[in-house]
Parts: sequence; structure tokens; C-alpha cells
Amino acid sequence: MNRISDAVSEIYKLDMEAGKKGWLQEIHPLSKLLVTILFILLTVSFGKYDLSGLLKMGIYLIAAFVLGDISIKMLLKRMKLLLALVCLAGIGNPLFDRETLFVLGSLNVTGGMVSAATLIIKGAYSVSASYLLMITTPMEDLCRALRKLCVPKTIVTILMLAYRYIIVLLKEAERMTDAYMLRAPGQKGISYKAWGTLAGQLLLRSMDRAQVVYDSMKLRGYGGEFPQGCRKTAGMGDYAYGIGWSAALLAVRLL
Amino acid sequence: MKSEENVGEQEMNLLEIKDLSFGYGREKVLKDINICMRKGESVGLIGANGVGKSTLLRLLTGLLDIQEGGIWINGLEMKKENMAGIRAEIGYVFQDSDSQLFMTTVYEDVAFAPRNYGKSEEETERLSMGALRQVCLEEKKDCQIYRLSGGEKKLASIATVLAMEAKVMLLDEPSVALDPRNRRNLIRILNELPGAKLIASHDLDFIYDTCQRVILLSEGRIAADHETEKILRDQRLLEAHGLELPLSFSRA
Repeated sequence: MNRISDAVSEIYKLDMEAGKKGWLQEIHPLSKLLVTILFILLTVSFGKYDLSGLLKMGIYLIAAFVLGDISIKMLLKRMKLLLALVCLAGIGNPLFDRETLFVLGSLNVTGGMVSAATLIIKGAYSVSASYLLMITTPMEDLCRALRKLCVPKTIVTILMLAYRYIIVLLKEAERMTDAYMLRAPGQKGISYKAWGTLAGQLLLRSMDRAQVVYDSMKLRGYGGEFPQGCRKTAGMGDYAYGIGWSAALLAVRLL
Repeated sequence: MKSEENVGEQEMNLLEIKDLSFGYGREKVLKDINICMRKGESVGLIGANGVGKSTLLRLLTGLLDIQEGGIWINGLEMKKENMAGIRAEIGYVFQDSDSQLFMTTVYEDVAFAPRNYGKSEEETERLSMGALRQVCLEEKKDCQIYRLSGGEKKLASIATVLAMEAKVMLLDEPSVALDPRNRRNLIRILNELPGAKLIASHDLDFIYDTCQRVILLSEGRIAADHETEKILRDQRLLEAHGLELPLSFSRA
């Protein structure tokens, strides 16, 4: 399998995991979305030296990952690039802020070290919480929840279509690279001489396919907004999840 | 009185094409096409490559604009202002099921049209599950689209159209890439569906098994419009228009 097939397969796996039966998947999307937004807002609201308070927020992620039986290994594998980027963001802090905050054994812990750790943890928490939402909520349900939060329909539709068209684009790219590699068995990659032609072909083909997908949507009554029907109505469990976690997260932040 | 009404309803043309001509640029692809279809009728559209079968189907869905002549679907003339009403009456099954199915799960895809047409969630579920039952895909409702086989994708595509309760179903090469078992299954399902069907296909055996009437297109014109048996057994007519006898006949 090449990298493109891996990417397509990863998207499919995410879809499949989001759609499988599990208590976390069964929670109403709006509840999960609200808790995730609140979690991220509270996480980023911590001060740059408030490492202990921030660590306590991890209880939400630990509980959700353990109770939802979600693989942390997969999170690290799928989000490795984003997590690496998050780590990079804080790496310069120890160089600028050298004031000693406390001494740990023989180590002088500077403000820069703590603020770097805080920044990295904030980023890692936010990425993990977003992943948690993605892995337990199908894209359609997530978009419906966004609409319920009065996010403009244009934004929600663009989000939905972008998600669909990424797959269309990747699949076209996969077909083309497969066809190329089958006729260039000795080559390690695609020759730079073919890049221009392949990129042009990819654009034209994916536009064609996107047009057919759009035609199919139009013929089934699509008028600019994805239908907002939802098979699931919020029940006591969904309210309890939303209110319970919101109260717990606020308590951790404020107390 | 009631029976007279029924007779009148049956007599009414569900689909009517009058003097339709269409071209891409200067080149005319369809010339003076006149077709009528009644309720429950299953019509095959055959012809060699490039005679305009797919163009005709796209015109019938309103994806292409009419240049000359007119199209009426269930009494509604195909015009911009009637387009929403017309599209609700027409179900188009694309040749490539992968392009037709764009939602994550089978149910979500089938429910797409009823939801778009403002049906309540209960009604959407009734229509969607009814459509899936008709094509025997009830148990796959929560299945991810990419996990379906080619035959199942085709059936799911048909279910997306059935859930619309479309009066006219247009199918573009429905038997392409189906194995014999799925092909037989599709023939049985199509024969059990009550609505009018216009099936464009090169698979003349498939047309023989599913249609009572056949329209032969050649060089953008209707070369013949008769009962299936009469056209598909006429070797000279078929060969004159770039086709051959169905395999099952030529073997016999």
C-alpha cells in the first residue's frame, strides 16, 4: 500500500470507528461537542505557570479514553505530526524565560521550562480532545451539532463537502499513481518529468468526479445545505454527560 | 367512477419528450427525439457508443439545459421554475455507484433525499428502510459505503432513488461490473419495482430481461421504438445500427 491508500484507509477507519456501537459513540453529538469546546476553552485559559491545575484537567481525557476503550497508541500514531508541531511551539520558551521558579533536586526549574511544558500540554490536550470527538462522532452528526450551535450553514456545508472531496481527490490520486507505478516498475517514485502532467490530470479528473458527486446530490434535492435530520434525540444520559462533565471541568478550573 | 379514474391515470404519460434536439457546440447529438412513457412501463434505451443515451438521460434530469423541443415529467414541463418539482419525480441511478454514494453509511445516503425534501425523521426512516427492504439491504443499513461490494453499491444506489418515491427511474448502465449472481438479483429487483423505468444499457440480455419496450438510438435519432422481442430479435436492424444480437439469442 502506498501513502495515499494509507491516507484513504485512515479516513475510512476513522469513519468506521466513529460509527461503531459504544457508550461514548451513543452520546448525543451536541453534548460531546459542547463538552469538547468547554474543555478546550478551559484548558487554554490556564496561566502559563499553572502546570498543576492544567494536569488535573487530564482527568477528562483519561476517563474518556479508558471508559470509551479508545487506543492511545492510535492517537499518537494518527496525531504524531500535530503533536510534534505542538512540541515545537514551546521549545523556544526555556531560552527566553530563565528565571528560576523552584528547585527540583539539583535542577533549577525555570519559568521557561514550566511555560513550555504548559504550552505543550495545552496543545496536546486540545488535539487529544478533538481526536476524541472525531473518533466517537460521525462527520454528519458533528455537522448537525454545529448547525444546532448556530454555526453558519455555509461554514458547515464547506466543512462537510471538504471532508467528502478530500476522499474523492485522494482516490483519484491513488488511481493515477497506481497506474503510473504499474508501468514504471523500476522507479522509486514518480519522475519529476511527469509531475506537471499528473497534477493537471489529477485536477481535471477530481473536478469531473466532484461534479458527478454534486450532480448526484442535486438530483436528490440538495439545495445548498445538508439536511439536519437526526435519528437520535437527546435523552437523560446525554444531558447527564454534558452537565456532569461541564460541572466537573469548571470545578477543576475554578477550585 | 373510480375505475375510470384509474384508467385515466394509467393512460396519462408520465414522461413525454417532444421534438427534442440537443448538441454540444455545433455538433447535434440528439435530433427530433419523441418518446412517451406510461406509468409502470419499463423501457430500454439502446444504441452504440456515442449515440446520445447518456445525454438524453442527463437532459431528462435537468442536468443539461434543453435547447430545442420539450420534456414533460408527470405533466410538469421542464423549466427552471419547475425543476424542484421535476427532480422530486425523477430518480437517476448513475453508472458509477461510487460517485452516487457520498455519505458515510448506507442509511445516511438513502435518507439524504427524504431529509432534503423536508420529510420528518419518522417518515424518512420509514421511506429509507422501505427502500432498503426492497433491494434486500436492510441488514447493511449501518454499513460503511466503502465496505459494500460492487453489487451491493449498485443496490444501495437504487435504494437512494426508491426512498425518494420517484415516479420515473432512470438507470445508466445498471449491469456494468456486476457478477452473474448480482446481475440476476438486480434483474429480479427491477422487475418487482412498480414505477416507470428507462434503462440505458449496452447489455442487451439485461434489457431483454427487464424491459417490455425498447428504443434504439442511432446517430442521435430514434431508429426504432417497439416491443423488446421485436427489436432484439431483428439481427439486421441491430447490425445496421452498430449492435449485435443478445448473446443468449446468438447462442441459441
